[in-house]
Amino acid sequence: MSLLEVRDLKVSYGGIHALKGIDLDIAQGELVALIGSNGAGKTTALKALAGLLPGTGQVHYAGQSLHNLPAHQRVRAGLALVPEGRGVFARMSVEENLHMGAYCRDDKAAIVQDLALVYTLFPRLAERRAQLAGTLSGGEQQMVAMGRAMMSRPRLLMLDEPSMGLAPMMVEKIFTTIREISAQGVSILLVEQNAKLALEVASRGYVLEGGKITLSDGADCLLGSDAVQRAYLGA
Amino acid sequence: MEILLQQIINGLVQGSVYALVALGYTMVYGILGLINFAHGEVVMVGAMVALAVIKVLLATALSPVLVLLLSLLAAVGVCMALGYGIERVAYRPLRHAPRLAPLITAIGVSIVLQTLAMIIWGREYHAFPQLLPNASHSIGGAVINEVQIAIVLVAVLMMAGLLLLVHRTRLGRAMRAVAENPSAAALMGVNINGVISTTFMLGSALAAVAGLMVSANYGIVHYYMGFMLGLKAFTAAVLGGIGNLRGAMLGGVMLGLIESLGAGYSGALTGGMFGSNYQDVFAFIVLIAVLIFRPSGLLGERVAERA
Ligand SMILES: Nc1ncnc2c1ncn2[C@@H]1O[C@H](COP(=O)(O)OP(=O)(O)O)[C@@H](O)[C@H]1O
Ligand SMILES: [Mg+2]
Repeated sequence: MSLLEVRDLKVSYGGIHALKGIDLDIAQGELVALIGSNGAGKTTALKALAGLLPGTGQVHYAGQSLHNLPAHQRVRAGLALVPEGRGVFARMSVEENLHMGAYCRDDKAAIVQDLALVYTLFPRLAERRAQLAGTLSGGEQQMVAMGRAMMSRPRLLMLDEPSMGLAPMMVEKIFTTIREISAQGVSILLVEQNAKLALEVASRGYVLEGGKITLSDGADCLLGSDAVQRAYLGA
Repeated sequence: MEILLQQIINGLVQGSVYALVALGYTMVYGILGLINFAHGEVVMVGAMVALAVIKVLLATALSPVLVLLLSLLAAVGVCMALGYGIERVAYRPLRHAPRLAPLITAIGVSIVLQTLAMIIWGREYHAFPQLLPNASHSIGGAVINEVQIAIVLVAVLMMAGLLLLVHRTRLGRAMRAVAENPSAAALMGVNINGVISTTFMLGSALAAVAGLMVSANYGIVHYYMGFMLGLKAFTAAVLGGIGNLRGAMLGGVMLGLIESLGAGYSGALTGGMFGSNYQDVFAFIVLIAVLIFRPSGLLGERVAERA
């Protein structure tokens, strides 16, 4: 059974139909990529799944319907989103940001352990734990955003363009960490414009175009397919 | 010299009240980007409720201290409920409306509360009874009474408590998170509406305490008292940098001092042309000057317009 099961999800902004009915499945422990060009509706899909945007259709998570469940309760259920643009709390320190990630938990001892885990995942953050997050580089802010999401102990982690605007070295570091998080058994839905990068770490992928899923297949097949090669990999 | 010291004491006392009320404006602004112009009326309701409770309890055999505490509790409770209700009814439905809409609603709520208070409590000035002995002490020739000492002490304690709450607790962290980025806060599991309601209730509780303070200090309560007080506290919040807690405290005390010193010396400096009855003018000169020369206030950051 899938951890996440999405059927006919539609979202519109006023009269603009940004998602025109998509189906999507993620199994427990799977790393799935959702790729598509700018404006395809990727961010809209993640926001709707996180509960930040209202949509129609069925979304089942861990066997439960998420219908009408507000965003702040979805985190509690284990569904975390690292938003596009990172959304760190600029006027809080790195450590306070990480504590915000554990806001929905009250197991103090385990929170302390998880904080240590995040610092081993991102040693750079340990060095900067007292620094205001707004003064960090883009890559470091991405680490804060991912570490913060990990502090909620997610079962499903959704990442919206984690490589956006980062230097190649930093992108490499972020993607190495994505693999590590996946190896821990966390299911991941990875949204990227950088299709090659995403499909190299994912086991399966979906291609979103104009608010519709146009292709879905194993990551290797998508990487090799002519359509993907032409549209997203510049071949 | 005695006059200077006396005006400084008066200014600190009045400034403590401004600071408590200014905190209510600044907390709501910080979290919603909204000027809650009905906040002054919450102070008035606090004073009215405290007076009503005192009138009832004075007839009983309860000790005056207990009467005062119970009236304070009642005022705080009613004002917190009022603050919650104002947000729920008047502002929440307009959360995503253009900014002008909640501003106009705020003025509307203010008028509604004033009118209701006038209907319930009448147009007349009510005497606020002196419950406890209020001895005066002299420091270097200036006089301060015990009510005034209590006002300053309670205000300092409440402000310290608020700073601790905002900077050291889980709720405070959630408040700062919502103020900075509401949707990211929701992604962390923060119930945004709950935090906003709590913010209104906290500000209203401070307003209730301030209402009791001004009533005890001047011995008079009136349905219109919240208007000018609210306007001045708003000025204090702008002076300190609206949205900034320490700014509201600093702005409140500074405005109290400016007014008091201005009123104390304006007569002498203008050859009697502008006497101490021009006191209220100073607050608005300050407001205009801040808006022209330093719109971000003393401690405010130059933030870009919020989305
Ligand atoms: N707040 C909004 N209001 C109106 N239209 C929007 C809004 N956000 C996104 N859109 C539109 O919805 C479509 C999908 O956007 P988005 O989900 O951000 O795409 P992607 O993340 O794939 O680049 C685009 O056409 C975009 O212009
Ligand atoms: Mg996007």
